[in-house]
Amino acid sequence: MFDLDRWHEIYYVLRSNKLRTFLTAFGVFWGIFMLVIMLGSGKGLQNGITQNFGDMATNSVFLWTERTTVPYKGFTRGRSFDYENSDIRALRDAIPEIKYLAPRTNVGGFNGSSSVVRKLKSGEFPLFGDYPVFNNIDPVNMVSGRFLNDFDLNEKRKVVVIGQRVVDILFEKGEDPINQYIQINGVYFKVVGVFRSKRNGEAAAQDNQRIHMPFTTVQRTYNLGNTVGFFNITSRDGVPVAIVEKKAIEVLKKRHFIAPEDDRAIGHFNLEEEFKKMHGLFFGIQFLIWIVGTGTLLAGIIGVSNIMLVVVKERTREIGIQRALGATPAKVISQIITESVVLTTFAGYFGLVIGVGILEGINYLLDHTGINTEMFLHPGVNFNVAVTALIILVISGAVAGLIPARKAVSVKPIDALRYE
Amino acid sequence: MIKIRNIHKSYITGQNSLHVLKGIDLDVHPGEMISVMGASGSGKSTLLNILGILDNYDQGEYLLDGLKISKLSERKAAQLRNKKLGFVFQSFNLISFKNAMENVAMPLYYQNIKRKKRNLMALDYLDRMGIKEWAHHLPNELSGGQKQRVAIARALITNPKVILADEPTGALDSVTSLEVMDHLHEINKSGITMIIVTHEHDIAARTRKTIRITDGLITDIVNN
Repeated sequence: MFDLDRWHEIYYVLRSNKLRTFLTAFGVFWGIFMLVIMLGSGKGLQNGITQNFGDMATNSVFLWTERTTVPYKGFTRGRSFDYENSDIRALRDAIPEIKYLAPRTNVGGFNGSSSVVRKLKSGEFPLFGDYPVFNNIDPVNMVSGRFLNDFDLNEKRKVVVIGQRVVDILFEKGEDPINQYIQINGVYFKVVGVFRSKRNGEAAAQDNQRIHMPFTTVQRTYNLGNTVGFFNITSRDGVPVAIVEKKAIEVLKKRHFIAPEDDRAIGHFNLEEEFKKMHGLFFGIQFLIWIVGTGTLLAGIIGVSNIMLVVVKERTREIGIQRALGATPAKVISQIITESVVLTTFAGYFGLVIGVGILEGINYLLDHTGINTEMFLHPGVNFNVAVTALIILVISGAVAGLIPARKAVSVKPIDALRYE
Repeated sequence: MIKIRNIHKSYITGQNSLHVLKGIDLDVHPGEMISVMGASGSGKSTLLNILGILDNYDQGEYLLDGLKISKLSERKAAQLRNKKLGFVFQSFNLISFKNAMENVAMPLYYQNIKRKKRNLMALDYLDRMGIKEWAHHLPNELSGGQKQRVAIARALITNPKVILADEPTGALDSVTSLEVMDHLHEINKSGITMIIVTHEHDIAARTRKTIRITDGLITDIVNN
């Protein structure tokens, strides 16, 4: 419905006091603008932090060995022990809820690194003995070649898969590392694959300097016998990993003569729990953003309502004339509500557009300047959220206009006409 | 056209009740032109407001063009004002941001008549009032006489049964007053009933019948 007189009147009313219109509109503009910026930043924070997990299966648990703290079955406390190859079978057999079971060994111990040489170049990199299934738990992007496979494992092949950073340091620019040999702790290995981390920032830099070797090759080459460094286990879909964690600890305690009440002999870390905590945090942040954002918006809308009251008061006489000439209350009310809705919608729309524009600008800068932050990635608001916000604006504009509009028609026409 | 019987009206302000109209009986026949006179506070404006359905009355009966006017919804009242009545005010009551033509066309807007059509009609009525060349001027660019002629055109445009004029010449000088009265006479000749509230004797003298109100009662009816 396009009604020129109605729009003429709205234009006149809004124009007649430009500063007042601007300030009122600014309240709404600011409310929606802040809501968009805060929601977008919250999303960016969430994206940034979840990116740090890469594609890592969140339902995974890590189990490593510590020293015992309780004497048991003739053993003293303070005894150290190692997981063994036979634990792999035992865990599989005892716990049907396990999906992936990846025994791993970090040569040189936790956070240890090995010296790697190729021709005249050399470096220190962490070396892991892995099962191929590891790539299902914490996947990487293969740049060239392939990841470890079962043949490598069964035949104890002397092959390695190396990170991009390792390639950058050990090889000339443009050189293809596939099928080349590198010397690790004095032994030569063939490079069969190059990968790049799926993570972001510092976490990615750490991933990219890893070297993965078949688990069996590591055991034999570096004289580790049948010891396993640690286990990385995921649960079947729909099963909380805490159940697997609890059962695995029981199995391992029994097999290694650890007192059932000894809680510190087996080190464990449940990623799922951490993930849940983080989700709780994000939920909290979002909740806060909505409270603050809608509060600001509400303040803006109350501002509109207030100004409409003033406008109606100023125009009492004019509205009286309109009513004397035959304007029905419905006509007067719809006119005032339209004004209010127009004001809030315009202001809100600008807030939305400018807010989204700024978020997109930040996004562009992050993508094109190579600034790689761990904490912030792809800020933005959901399209649905934006549409919802606009709908809320229109509705609240109408509500803001309703009170002044009812006030305008509550006066008798004659009193409105006499009003000075 | 208008028939009122025993109309009472009080204004209640706080604890005080002011009895303004104390039982008015009046018959106005179609095509009549009457004037209502009285001192300020006598109740003549109140009577006009009740006749114009701008205000309600406490007691009595009011028939407008055969229709009983009592306890109407504001919507119905607005429609009746629009269709049957035309108003001319002392202070013109034009809308300041609309030009003369748009002001005249306003009542038709409330009848949902298309903009083009109602503006053409408005121009026609402005022409009859002799101010067609001022059609696109805003009210504050017009003289008092011109404003009142715009207001009269606005009152006429819906072809009402009755025109109610509240001190139509009150804000005008004597020469313009006479011109405006000429216009009102002409309109009355076309068959529209006219009620004029005034306190000027020479204006009242130019109507066919003068009703004098004193202290809320009709005390005198004079045929001029």
